[in-house]
Formats: sequence, C-alpha cells, structure tokens
Amino acid sequence: MAAPRPYTLVAELTYRCPLQCPYCSNPVNFQAMREEVSTEQWCKTFSEAADLGVVQLHLSGGEPVIRKDLPDLIRHARQCDLYTNLITGGTLLNTENLQQFRDCGLDHIQLSIQDTERETANLVAGVRSYDKKLTVARLIKQLGFPLTLNVVLHRFNIDHVPELIAQAADFGAQRLELANTQYYAWALENRSALMPTQAQRDRAEEIAREARARYRGTMEIAFVQVDYFSAEPKACMGGWARTYMCITPTGEVLPCHAAQVIPGLQFDSVRHQSLTTIWQQSAALNAFRGEAWMQEPCRSCPKKASDFGGCRCQAFLLAGDAAATDPVCRLSPHHEVVLAAVAAAEQEHVPLVYRNSKNSEKLSARP
Amino acid sequence: MADDSTIGKPRLSPKARLRWDNVEKRHMLVFPEAALLLNETAAEILKLCDGERTVEQLVDTLAQQFVGADRKMIADEVTELLARLRTRGLLEA
Ligand code: SF4
Ligand code: SF4
Repeated sequence: MAAPRPYTLVAELTYRCPLQCPYCSNPVNFQAMREEVSTEQWCKTFSEAADLGVVQLHLSGGEPVIRKDLPDLIRHARQCDLYTNLITGGTLLNTENLQQFRDCGLDHIQLSIQDTERETANLVAGVRSYDKKLTVARLIKQLGFPLTLNVVLHRFNIDHVPELIAQAADFGAQRLELANTQYYAWALENRSALMPTQAQRDRAEEIAREARARYRGTMEIAFVQVDYFSAEPKACMGGWARTYMCITPTGEVLPCHAAQVIPGLQFDSVRHQSLTTIWQQSAALNAFRGEAWMQEPCRSCPKKASDFGGCRCQAFLLAGDAAATDPVCRLSPHHEVVLAAVAAAEQEHVPLVYRNSKNSEKLSARP
Repeated sequence: MADDSTIGKPRLSPKARLRWDNVEKRHMLVFPEAALLLNETAAEILKLCDGERTVEQLVDTLAQQFVGADRKMIADEVTELLARLRTRGLLEA
C-alpha cells in the first residue's frame, strides 16, 4: 500500500541521560545500543522527513542536550522548516546554551519535572535535580521560549495535580501535559510500584478537567489517561506508521518508541538506508499498516477504523502476540491481565527499579 | 466583558508559526502538538496579525485585497477565526 503522509518525527538523539526515571520509555536494554547516528546522517534525515511531509520535529532522548552538535541539528531542522521542539529534563541547560539554541531557531521547549515536592521529585528522578529544574524553567521563559511543562503521573505524584497546575501557571507555561505513565519499557518493570489507584486517578482527572476550563486561552492542560483504566484501548499513535515516526539513537525507524520489543520485526536504520525508502518500504512499518493483519474480535468490530485495535506493543507485552487485540479492550480474551494489574495497584508496594546502565545490563541478562 | 475578538491588535502567539505546506499547497499554522490547514482567507487574515493593526484596520486591508467581497462577511470571518484561535491560546492581544 502507498505510505501515508507522516506529520511528526521524534528524533531520539541519544540514550545517555543524567536522570534515572523509573518510568523511562527508553528500551530496558538501552545500554547495548551505543553507536549514535552522526550529525550528517541526522541532517540528511531531517531534510528527507520534511520532504515526506513531516511538520513537527521533537528532539528527544535520553537527554538530547548531551549531544554536542545539538545547535547544528536545530539550525538544520529550521532550514528544513520543521517546527522544532526540544524535549529535555533540563538539568544541562543554562543561559549560554539556551541563547545558542534560540539563535539557531529553536521553536519550543518541553521541560519535564517530576513533582512539586523536592523530596519526591529527587526520589523519582533518582538524582537531585529539583532545584536545578526550577531555575531552568524560569530561564527558559526569560529567554522568551514557549514552554510546555510535562509531568509523568504515577502513584507518588498524582495527588499533587493541583500543585503541579499552579506551578505550571507560575512558570508561564503555554501547555501542561499531565501524562499518566504508559506501561512500557522501564515503566512496565515498575508497574506495581507506579500504578495509582482508581480513586487517585479519578480525582486527578476531575481536577485537571476543572482547571482546563479555568485556564482556557492562557494555558492548555492535557491529561493523558492510564489506558489500563479506560473502557476502550487508545488509538495508539493514530495507527501504526501512519502519521508518526520515531527514530532511535542508533537510527532505527519505528512507528513508536516502544516497538523494538516486538520480536521478529526488523527495523531499518537511517545509518544504512534513506528515510524515504524506509518509510515507504520497511517490512516492519508495513507489518501493521491498514487492517489486513487484524484478528477477531477486532476484525469484525466497527471500532477498528478509529482505534486500530489499540496498541501493537501492548498486545505483545500483555497477550504475547503483537497482532492480537490490545488487552486493554474489554473484548480481548486477555483482558483479565489488565484488570489484575489495576487490582494489584490497590495493595502492592514494591521498590523502584531505576533506569541506569547497571540495571539495564542486569535486566538485559535475564533469560 | 466585551467580545474581545474585536478589540486589540492581534498578533500570533510566539508558539505558533505560519508556514507554507508544500505537500498540500496550502498555508498551515503549526504549534506544539498540532497543525491547522488554512484556507486562503484564513491565511491572509493571519498574515495581517502583526500586533500593529487593529481588527478594524485588518478588515479594511482585507476588503481592499478581496475586491468585490462584502465587508460585513469579511468582518464576520475575521471575528470567528480570531475567537477560535484565541481559545486555543494562539493569539496575543
Ligand atoms: S524519562 Fe528520565 S531517565 Fe528517561 S530519558 Fe527522560 S529524563 Fe532521562
Ligand atoms: S475489539 Fe478491537 S477494534 Fe473493537 S474496540 Fe476492541 S480493540 Fe478496538
């Protein structure tokens, strides 16, 4: 089938990161993938992405600010007329590099914070970073960048949604993303430690809804659901390899950042092939485009055109088959796995597994 | 409060960028997480949102540009578009 037009490219420039968030979406075995795409290859990739129709470019990681060539990458992205957003933990930012990024044309910054309480924030980041992030948020605004504040929600901070909203408004953020943890990669390892209770989640959503109306026109508030609690699966990525692509630090072109967990899919790298060829011809990207791959109950379900049967990675992770119905769906024969995880959140309290090189090696060595 | 879409000197928010889309051959307004494809009139309106012109002046300019168009219709279109963008935080002043 003809490849659709992509709108968004998430370029994960590196897996290196000073923080150790236990909900990190980087693959658990990131430590094994160290050979990064070169400056030249990224620039060529951005040009091709723009020609394919990409409009939004997110420079992400790991911590993208670690890349010494970040100013060059930003400048090139702007030359390609890409709307360029930096997704950062902020701890490596200062007046000097921010000014440089601005001069190169950076459009927007998305800063993540862990919490409004110093102790929890530092505990979750695995590193003392709370104070630095506060300073950096103000610096970003002083330099005139539009700012999105991103907070991944979980059991330890979800009760602080009112404070988080006030904090974002105080920073002068244009947008606040209250993004409940999605259970992939490190977050899946830490699922029973991070999953909030249903009551916590409901309260947080209600507060966010009320605040959304109050801040309309000044600050946009997005509340991303824990899909485990939803009655229906999310229309993951708006469909596999339709409008969105993610490129890993080593150059593999994915339909989403989690897709490498699916066994048997060979993702092609921009280190060896052009992005245009990969987007149009990659067997892995074509594997779940359209509806031909669907099984029952999705195949005969009227919702398949809008939810695409949910998430392929989650189907693999929870049902053992990437072509199965997403177990979040009530109609999935594996739905009880999701119910059990939600029920477990009401009781279990287990220690966090931090995202760092040591744990990456340890977890990758599992049989 | 008065209908604030008719007062002030509108300017695109710094988070929004007006660009020509080479695939669709139309203008597009891009901002974090989304993009709006614009029709010709909307694109012309946004080009005039420079923070210098009042809404009145903006409508006058458009009326000259689109010869033969009804001024009232243009004014309505401007008001409607600006109000829509304002609720999404895409306009200043
Ligand atoms: S989630 Fe945390 S550990 Fe993972 S890349 Fe982002 S800041 Fe680093
Ligand atoms: S059966 Fe499949 S298509 Fe139908 S609602 Fe569930 S996931 Fe969506």
